[in-house]
Amino acid sequence: MAKILLEMKNITKTFPGVKALDNVNLQVEEGEIHALVGENGAGKSTLMNVLSGIYPHGTYEGDIIYDGKVCRFSTIKDSEKLGIVIIHQELALVPEMTIGENMYLGNECGHKFAINWNQTYAEADKYLKMVGLTESSKVQVKTIGTGKQQLVEIAKALAKKARLLILDEPTSSLNEEDSRALLDLMLSFKKQGMTMIIITHKLNEVAYVADKITVIRDGSTIETIDNHGQEPVSEERIIKGMVGREITNRFPKREGVQIGDVKMEVSHWTSHHPLYPEKKVVDDVSFYVREGEVVGIYGLMGAGRTELAMSIFGQSYGVNFSGELKLNGQHVKLRKSEADAIRHKIAYVTEDRKGNGLVLSQSIKVNTSLANLGAVSSHTVIDGDKEYAVAEEYRDKLKIKTPSVEQLVGNLSGGNQQKVLLAKWMFAEPDILLLDEPTRGIDVGAKYEIYCIINDLAAAGKCVVLISSELPEVLGMSDRIYIMNEAKIIGEMKAEDATQESIMAAILRSGRGA
Amino acid sequence: MDNKTILAALKKNAMLIVLVLVYLFFLFLTKGGIFSPSSFTELINQNAYVYILGAGMLMCMLTGGNIDLSCGAFVCLLGAFGGVFMIVLGLNTGLSILLLVLIGVAYGVLLGFLIAYVHIPPWIATLAGYLAFRGLGTAILSGNSKTGSLAPFPEDFRNLFYGRIFPTDKGVFNWPCFLFGLFAAGMVAFVIFSTRKSRLAKGYEADSIRTACLKCGLGGAAILLVMTQLSLDGGIPTTLLWVAGIILIYTFITSKTTIGRHFYVVGGNMEAARLSGVNTRRIMFLAYLNMAVLTSIATFTVVARSQSAYADVGKNFEMDAISACVVGGVSASGGAGSVLGMVIGATLIGVINLGMSLISLDANYQRVVKGFVLLAAVVFDILSKKKKS
Repeated sequence: MAKILLEMKNITKTFPGVKALDNVNLQVEEGEIHALVGENGAGKSTLMNVLSGIYPHGTYEGDIIYDGKVCRFSTIKDSEKLGIVIIHQELALVPEMTIGENMYLGNECGHKFAINWNQTYAEADKYLKMVGLTESSKVQVKTIGTGKQQLVEIAKALAKKARLLILDEPTSSLNEEDSRALLDLMLSFKKQGMTMIIITHKLNEVAYVADKITVIRDGSTIETIDNHGQEPVSEERIIKGMVGREITNRFPKREGVQIGDVKMEVSHWTSHHPLYPEKKVVDDVSFYVREGEVVGIYGLMGAGRTELAMSIFGQSYGVNFSGELKLNGQHVKLRKSEADAIRHKIAYVTEDRKGNGLVLSQSIKVNTSLANLGAVSSHTVIDGDKEYAVAEEYRDKLKIKTPSVEQLVGNLSGGNQQKVLLAKWMFAEPDILLLDEPTRGIDVGAKYEIYCIINDLAAAGKCVVLISSELPEVLGMSDRIYIMNEAKIIGEMKAEDATQESIMAAILRSGRGA
Repeated sequence: MDNKTILAALKKNAMLIVLVLVYLFFLFLTKGGIFSPSSFTELINQNAYVYILGAGMLMCMLTGGNIDLSCGAFVCLLGAFGGVFMIVLGLNTGLSILLLVLIGVAYGVLLGFLIAYVHIPPWIATLAGYLAFRGLGTAILSGNSKTGSLAPFPEDFRNLFYGRIFPTDKGVFNWPCFLFGLFAAGMVAFVIFSTRKSRLAKGYEADSIRTACLKCGLGGAAILLVMTQLSLDGGIPTTLLWVAGIILIYTFITSKTTIGRHFYVVGGNMEAARLSGVNTRRIMFLAYLNMAVLTSIATFTVVARSQSAYADVGKNFEMDAISACVVGGVSASGGAGSVLGMVIGATLIGVINLGMSLISLDANYQRVVKGFVLLAAVVFDILSKKKKS
């Protein structure tokens, strides 16, 4: 048996009123990839923050034994000195600085008052090569894509002489291709003897890279699963541990939904990039949605799905629009105004709930009523009691877990935030909902609940456009699927005819310029 | 009520407690001088502009920590115009006031347009006014007067912004003033208890009966105390009506109306507000239009009090208004803050100013003390909030 590099023993961490971690144990062997899985709010990130010294020694109970010694970190620097490096989910790069500057930020080469830039860039280039990046380290970070930025983060960690690398949701903002490349990179590091801990929601990735899987639920370790067998461990097996029950069907069935007439029809819809007006971000797109229908739009990141949805929603993204929009068979001329779109009963539920969906510094109540404030007020005076009642109603309806609707949205977990976002748009009483990645970054249990909400919406006769880059989700939830690639719709399939293979094949065919 | 809730209440009202402590401190230093009836009148008249500009600055800051640097210089320019209208040209007071408000609206529209629709950063757009208006105002003043100041303003103008309602001689108890105080205290009690009742009836969270009584008792007592002292000093200053009116109107706007809510969400997350159908540009526009109009009202109270328009009038007013907001807990990055907080901040600054001039501290040291007290107040506030989380 290999040597144990890290052991966390009986870790208990309490926040005011909440026990975030309760006697958690974790053992990581040298040279393995250890996956940490659990629902949102289960305590994975808290555990890693304890390990890296963000929560200093003394604020938690229990022991950290690293490389045979008991460690008491009081800052991140202490843990980094021993080679424990954490890469956070949200990238911590300064966009205006070069790759090299970013990699050595706080860890500069040379003298305190005379940074050795030649050495910085030479070293940086060396590490960039190790992660398979061909960019020069003198390039500004903002000029490279998210996938490459993630690799820069890893190169940065390598530059810190990492022995134990912790990756918190490294692929959450990457497309499938980049994700796979990143996972393969992890496997190659493993061969060189690096030890890694990966936190992720994507269970197929876990099965692919991890040697061992530790499941955390409600602040306690549930089990550690070995993934060394002949067959990779099944996703169902992991989910069972995560949610404490077996989810036999990840996508609830829609029953008794009558699909009606065509509600919205978009034809020859074209829009251009706001900064580079010659570039088309939506190119001659035509599609329709029927009443009570869930239409999936699948495409890789950057295929133009978000741009399409936002341009329909009051031209909130892009310039130089052309094309025709019909609602209920009537030609509609939407002005460049989000309020106008809402009046026409269109809702766009953003993929970026923190950035442009929710006001995190405000309460659940304020966020719920935001898009339809008129309904809880008379003559522009808000009826506080009515607003409260509405917020309570949606809290019950969507099972938002919170002590009070006066709670600030910023204090909720990702899944609950997503539900507040949905509540806001459901309260706006739209006929057409454009849902952009409605389950991004939330756990299996919350996903299931959101799927149920989508089904309820369809059953109520709403049109749902489900934009997603998760193939199983699109396949599991949609009645009809459009496939987008490079700003165009390249295919339409009925759900029963579509398979993962046929969709990917369609994208590959169009990508080759066929 | 256990210790925990008391502690939480103390922390929530940290700045109010600081205000009381600072007041007691000056009460001791001035041997009761700051408690004299005339001090109360002085406190209100001297600081009226801080409350009025503070209300405008609050609305700007809510939209994302944006400020208006030009309001102090704009006071000088409007004062100069006022002097020309009322003293040099001898125009009717009502007409002059209307013209000055219109000049305010014109500047507000221009500023709002530049900031909201041309996307000029607010501090740069207002820096231009900060630089230009005082120069223009001083030029107008020296062009119309050898001394560089215009005085005196007509009697009716001064009565409107620096007079008293039902005036009586000093020392004679002014019953209208006291009765008004009783009425105001009664209104406070009514609002507190009727809100509580309706919330309880619908089964929502509400204050306990003790908290409600405490709030009502303290609020009512403070109002009665101020109004009693004013009754002994000749009656209600008209300035108080202007200030109280503006405070009430803006409290209502920020807490009860959709437009007020929009100010908060624009400051909390501009993109989310836009994608929820809020006309974010209009909100930015209104913030600065509103600021300019309030600046014109502030000008009236200041010019009426000093009885003249001069080159230095309005100096550093923008800083006073910003300080009142920041001390009053308005977020420097927008999206959070209340009119009540701003009022407490403005009063704290006013009490410090008045206290120091009562003990006749050297003007230079007054500034030093003010600087440190402001810093200390904000540090105290932030530390007390930090411990809470």
